[in-house]
Amino acid sequence: MRLHLVLVAFLLGATAAPMAADSRGDAKKQVEFGVNVAQRGLWREAIYRWERAVQIDPTYAAAQNNLAIAYEHEGDLEKARAAYEKALALDPNNAFIKQNYELFKEINDRSTRKDTQ
Amino acid sequence: MTGRLAKILSSLVAVFWIAGCSSYYEIPIETPIKPKLDVSAFQRVLVAGFIAGGTDDVDGNLETTRLLRSQLRTKSDLRVIDADVLPLMEAAAEDKAAPAEPVIANASTKDVKEPAIKDDKDLEQYEHLFADVNYWKKIGEEYQNPLIVTGTVMFTPSSRSGFVQREQEVFTATGQRRVVPVRTYQERKGYRLKPKFIFIDGRTGTTLHSETFTEEVLYNANQATPALSSYFELMDRLLPSFLNTLSSQKIKGTRVLLQ
Repeated sequence: MRLHLVLVAFLLGATAAPMAADSRGDAKKQVEFGVNVAQRGLWREAIYRWERAVQIDPTYAAAQNNLAIAYEHEGDLEKARAAYEKALALDPNNAFIKQNYELFKEINDRSTRKDTQ
Repeated sequence: MTGRLAKILSSLVAVFWIAGCSSYYEIPIETPIKPKLDVSAFQRVLVAGFIAGGTDDVDGNLETTRLLRSQLRTKSDLRVIDADVLPLMEAAAEDKAAPAEPVIANASTKDVKEPAIKDDKDLEQYEHLFADVNYWKKIGEEYQNPLIVTGTVMFTPSSRSGFVQREQEVFTATGQRRVVPVRTYQERKGYRLKPKFIFIDGRTGTTLHSETFTEEVLYNANQATPALSSYFELMDRLLPSFLNTLSSQKIKGTRVLLQ
């Protein structure tokens, strides 16, 4: 019985790892395509690709980071903030994400500050 | 054998990890920022003038009015009204709540009464004018109900001493050139600019929006930088934010895309 349980656990572990690798692989393809089109100025297509990437693999920090940049470029600052925060939560020590977020905050703070209205 | 295999595997993992981390691309972006104020009800804008204080080397009222008018002409859809700068100091002094007589500086050497606004506290005595709805409504009627831009401008000298970091070129024993950061104590002098921009509805005389900025520039004490040049340097920093109040702006920058 114990051997049986160990065998089941082993099989589950052995199949889960490739499945995770597959989803990251699929998400990575979407991210790569997104980077490619963003570099050619096709930001909407890039957003579609990166949104697909985070659907496939919600733990993919790079995809969240790129999505945040694209939202920022489109002027959707609320969505950009949320995506940057997710990216940072997933990869808190990534210097590139931190730098992108700091630059974003500078612009966002400038656009929202006021004394009275 | 197992140890060797483990070494090969770990170095392969390291290579893939580094390769994974190095997939980044710097990309230029333009972030569109929506205007803070809905000015669709106005076709024209009147930069009325400012209550200014601080150094006498720059006329904060005239320079700010001129600069904002020229910027609005080219960077906003509103038509800029060309008019004389309003005597806001006098208007504030005439108002009941204002000091009975403006403070006179250098009265013996100057013919005109020149109120001495040297700090924020002096300025406070005049700020009630911006809440005087009847005054601004009257101005609005005179110019056919435009959006009115006014406010205060404090431009004061500032100085601060402390350690600053600069880069110094050094040559090693082998003659190689290197640039190293060096911390030195320095006396620095410059200027501080604190404008408050107030946007008033010319139809009602009420304040729609106000915004205060503070910018400072410091130079090496030996460097003689004209006050007017410092004034423009500081205004240049905050103009995008001012313009963004009335019109949408695109802010250029770069970000890093990752894979």
